[in-house]
Amino acid sequence: MAEREQVRRTAPRETESPAPVDATGEGATELKAEMDDLLDEIDDVLETNAEEFVKNYVQKGGE
Amino acid sequence: MAVRKVVGIETEFGILHRCDGDSNPVAASSMIINAYVNGFLCQRVSWDFEDEQPGTDARGFNEFDALAPEIETYLVNAVLTNGARYYVDHAHPELSTPECSDARQCVVYDRAAEEILIRSMEAANNLLPDGEEMVIHKNNSDGKGNSYGCHENYLVDRDVPFSRIVTHIMPFFVTRQIFCGAGKIGMEVPLTEPEPAAFSDRPFQISQRADFFEEEVGLETTLKRPIVNTRDEPHADTRKYRRMHVIIGDANMSELQTYLKLGTTSLVLAMIDDDFVPEPLTPLVPVAALRQVSCDTSLSTPIELADGRRLRATEIQWEYLEMARKYAQSHGLDAVGGDDIGNDVLDRWEAVLAGLEADPMNLASQLDWVAKLRLYEGFAQRHGLDWDDPKLAALDLQYHDLRPSKSLSRRMGLERITTDDEVNEAVSAPPPTTRAYFRGRCLDKFGDQIVAANWDSMVFDIGTDPLRRVPMLEPLRGTQTHVGSLLDECHDAAELLRRLGN
Repeated sequence: MAEREQVRRTAPRETESPAPVDATGEGATELKAEMDDLLDEIDDVLETNAEEFVKNYVQKGGE
Repeated sequence: MAVRKVVGIETEFGILHRCDGDSNPVAASSMIINAYVNGFLCQRVSWDFEDEQPGTDARGFNEFDALAPEIETYLVNAVLTNGARYYVDHAHPELSTPECSDARQCVVYDRAAEEILIRSMEAANNLLPDGEEMVIHKNNSDGKGNSYGCHENYLVDRDVPFSRIVTHIMPFFVTRQIFCGAGKIGMEVPLTEPEPAAFSDRPFQISQRADFFEEEVGLETTLKRPIVNTRDEPHADTRKYRRMHVIIGDANMSELQTYLKLGTTSLVLAMIDDDFVPEPLTPLVPVAALRQVSCDTSLSTPIELADGRRLRATEIQWEYLEMARKYAQSHGLDAVGGDDIGNDVLDRWEAVLAGLEADPMNLASQLDWVAKLRLYEGFAQRHGLDWDDPKLAALDLQYHDLRPSKSLSRRMGLERITTDDEVNEAVSAPPPTTRAYFRGRCLDKFGDQIVAANWDSMVFDIGTDPLRRVPMLEPLRGTQTHVGSLLDECHDAAELLRRLGN
């Protein structure tokens, strides 16, 4: 069996801030457009009275 | 040699009856299941609670004796033709998938369970007056401190000392949530000493369930929940098998996560069966570590181990993966369903760990918790909301909503493992490769001659006294290969029992 390429990354990450995204780059624009479409759709299907829905959602008992 | 990892999932679904007055969750759950059973099944067969006699000799499914069944009639409890059990558990509708012979097959039946709940909900809503509605969620928490489970079951070798299982499954369970978590906003149980975990930058957790665990090992499932549950009820030959009952998991909307959860846990349990395990990676305080990992969406904080080392959750998972690669080389992958599925699980496990180390946010089409985080951040930004806004809490419920018109998770572009066709088939047909095949086919074909069924036996009434119980103590017997043509040929249960007896 061929030796496997080791992909493990053991070096701890230096910083927790995500790599800076080039806001003008094509990829970023595409991602943003995709997110905008998703958010438009979510706005359409979201429960109309969100606060009430959350308040009434109580689940007792189980397992 | 490790025992073949027969697997199954039991999910308790959240239920909301929207009406003017008070609603009773037990009655609502019963209505959901009755609506399905009455609407979609020709024959109704009850679950049989009669336990097998302890100390019974090892028997195959094709020997039988007679034993009068005692049938629990108080709460709805049905057996389905796909081999599943569908019932009211306390105040929730619960569905246990049939026994599956590998992780992928179980994902199909987990999705079929969702489909059954969707059909039940629609059937129940047709019976309700205008203005009332049943809403079902596949989640594990109401956001107010009440949790309900999604339990996994794995067949393991009875000869393996339980302490070995505890030692080696504990670090795995504390850390697997990084790719198994369904995510949630906020914290429902206050953090305690010794080292309270903290959210890395927003009040969001990787796991729905981590808040609710207080013990390392124990029998409980509702109070003082343990990371490793010790329920010892194999529903199979007790001399050969243990059933590892896992209560730590979240109910996932992501198929890939359900697949990884079942596949990697099967692998680790196979390794434990064969005593092929890494040096113990036991966290110094497992319960605190569980919650620390859940709160750390940056995946950067190391866990303090009992031996003094400090490893991040991803590093602990890499240790298990490397060991599993070696295990595959030395022992093969038959215990988890063969090379194709075993290698696929290994490759996807590696890919998801590499992805998590690079940038978790790139996994929004694979992991529920990342999909949620990305959605909530975008939504909060668009509407100028804080993280404690009820609108975000509503999103966090609606992600798990099973109503196709409302489900958010189904709009997130999550990667699929299954196809719609195989899920639809699994709604009514049993898996061909386990004893669930015998159960499901018998129900489908001889339903009017079956008095009761449970995991390891079925009781037939063929018109002569006494009733006939067929034990099914071997989860991998009674498959299509074993009894498919026999079931095709038999015209009634009497003929089936006669031929099985020969």
